[in-house]
Amino acid sequence: MMPDTADFDDAPAGADSDTGYYYLRLYVAGHTGRSIAAMNNLRRVCETHLAGRYEIEVIDLLQNPRLAAGDQILAVPTLVRRLPTPLKRIIGDLSNTERVLVGLDIRQKADVP
Amino acid sequence: MPPQPANTGSATTQPATTVLPKSATGISGFDEILLGGLPTGRPSLICGAAGCGKTLFAVTFLVNGATLFGEPGVFMSFEERAEDLAANVASLGCDLDGLVQAGKLAVDHVRVERSEIEETGQYDLEGLFVRLGYAVDSVGAKRIVLDTIESLFSGFSDTAILRAELRRLFAWIKDRGLTAVITGERGDGQLTRHGLEEYISDCVILLDNRVIDQITTRRLRVVKYRGSAHGTNEYPFLIDASGISMLPVTSSGIDRPVSNEVVSTGIAGLDAMLRNGGFYRGSSILLSGVAGTGKTTIASHFIDAACRRGERCMFFAFEESAEEICRNVRSVGLDLRRRVDAGLLRFEAARPSLYGLEMHLARMHRDVLEFRPSVVVIDPISAFRGPIAEVHATLLRMVDFLKSAGVTGMFTSLRISSSLNDGTDQALSSLMDSWIRLMDLEANGERNRVLYLIKSRGSSHSNQVREYRMTDSGIELIDPYVGPDGVLTGTARLSQEARELAAAERRRRDIGQRRRESERRRRALERQINELRATLDAEQDEAHALLLEDEAHDVVLSRDRVAIAERRGGAE
Repeated sequence: MMPDTADFDDAPAGADSDTGYYYLRLYVAGHTGRSIAAMNNLRRVCETHLAGRYEIEVIDLLQNPRLAAGDQILAVPTLVRRLPTPLKRIIGDLSNTERVLVGLDIRQKADVP
Repeated sequence: MPPQPANTGSATTQPATTVLPKSATGISGFDEILLGGLPTGRPSLICGAAGCGKTLFAVTFLVNGATLFGEPGVFMSFEERAEDLAANVASLGCDLDGLVQAGKLAVDHVRVERSEIEETGQYDLEGLFVRLGYAVDSVGAKRIVLDTIESLFSGFSDTAILRAELRRLFAWIKDRGLTAVITGERGDGQLTRHGLEEYISDCVILLDNRVIDQITTRRLRVVKYRGSAHGTNEYPFLIDASGISMLPVTSSGIDRPVSNEVVSTGIAGLDAMLRNGGFYRGSSILLSGVAGTGKTTIASHFIDAACRRGERCMFFAFEESAEEICRNVRSVGLDLRRRVDAGLLRFEAARPSLYGLEMHLARMHRDVLEFRPSVVVIDPISAFRGPIAEVHATLLRMVDFLKSAGVTGMFTSLRISSSLNDGTDQALSSLMDSWIRLMDLEANGERNRVLYLIKSRGSSHSNQVREYRMTDSGIELIDPYVGPDGVLTGTARLSQEARELAAAERRRRDIGQRRRESERRRRALERQINELRATLDAEQDEAHALLLEDEAHDVVLSRDRVAIAERRGGAE
């Protein structure tokens, strides 16, 4: 049976929610236009809002299918915010920047214009 | 899961007429309805309201696939966590964890939580495909279950994407050649809440759980099965400690092997009433009678006789407990307890109201397959309550099942009145091969039991009404008294017999007297004859003496005459 939570690794030591450090994991399936767009969108958002305090891990499910169950991945692309807690899942190609910021709790929902 | 009954198809055998390959579910009865199983390499939809047993059906399909047919499977659960699922089905005898560890089964719990998901643009469900593909590859699965995939609709807001992806998923399942079971919750006005039946059109099965008169019956119906014939009715099924069992309903034709072997009724007098000396093996016997006519006792005799032959018997009791029956029939000299201890007899006692008709039927069906008896007694069938048509249909299936299994069935039926127009009996009699009526005759301030054979197919039988008594050594049929006054029973018979005895005695005395009288007269006549003869002799003697005297006289006379003549001649 596959565990509900991933046990292969965890966030880097010393990083926790207090420091405002973001540990993100992006799940994609192959090098499709949509996954490349998602990667580019994520990099842009992070550079703009989280410069210097983020880490991104990209996982290609076609190469590591075993990892899909761990983070309960159904849709791709899925961005998982492993830190700060709680765990958040953002699906889609991240083209809607406002929703990405809300999803990552960088901006409150009320702030969305 | 119980293995398939011997007389039904196995995983590989299919009706010759089917071109569609099928995968057996291993659920007894279900495969017969599907004429082999679910379509191989295609998705099938099992839908129904909550609590219908959809998940259990799906799990059974997988577990049987892995254990009976060597086809590993993947269970993708969208509702229950893997641990919960394993615990739930463990209570029904499935060791899910064991199968997972043996690499025959993979279980993946897909959690869909709307609140955790933020949609930020275009996406697809490739992740689901990846997970499914990975799980399938990890065990080499041939069967998969998606339980209940409609949960996805609560997790994603873009139903257009979802529908497109579901269509792709089912195409993918077909491409991979996976035999899939997809469960769906019953929706308003359609089979599933989100119209899954649009996508899965190969085989759709509807489960139902209905409560009528406070009794719940689970039913199943094959709504469609593309490319194959299938049973079209609603079929009841049973979920209990040993999983799902279904009663295969009356097969389309009445076609079964028949036996010419005759089994004794266990009552010598009753055997004598049947020319063959008993009933045919595998036939059905109805024993109907009013209260207290000894239906259970006669049935017990039948069972005892079978046990004596070393055959196994099953007693379904609906009014008495096993202990009560054993105790009660001991009074007629039958020791059924000993048969139970010897493993030849099994009692299954249940209150009729415990389940619905179908449930009883399914339970009996399963028990018979398990114990494999050669004689089954159901005591009494009149305990089944319900619309007469339903009772009739249920019993028809039971009779049919027993016959096809070659089991001799004895059914007792309690009659309310002694009249012949009793609905239950009438409706059932056509199903039965033999029918024994037990009756009470009330006359002269006493009650006597009589029985007669209404019918016994394939065997000539006595047309006599016979009185029977329950003695310490069993049921005893008494030779009928048939006299000028008709058939007499009880003390009327006894007094009539006594009267006849007295008459016979009188006749015997008369005859003796007459004989003595004639003897006396014969002697008197003989005496007379003797006297007459003596008289005759005396007279004869007398006559003879006279004759002699006459002759002597003659001689003297003639001598005198000569002397006279001489004298005369000399002188002259």
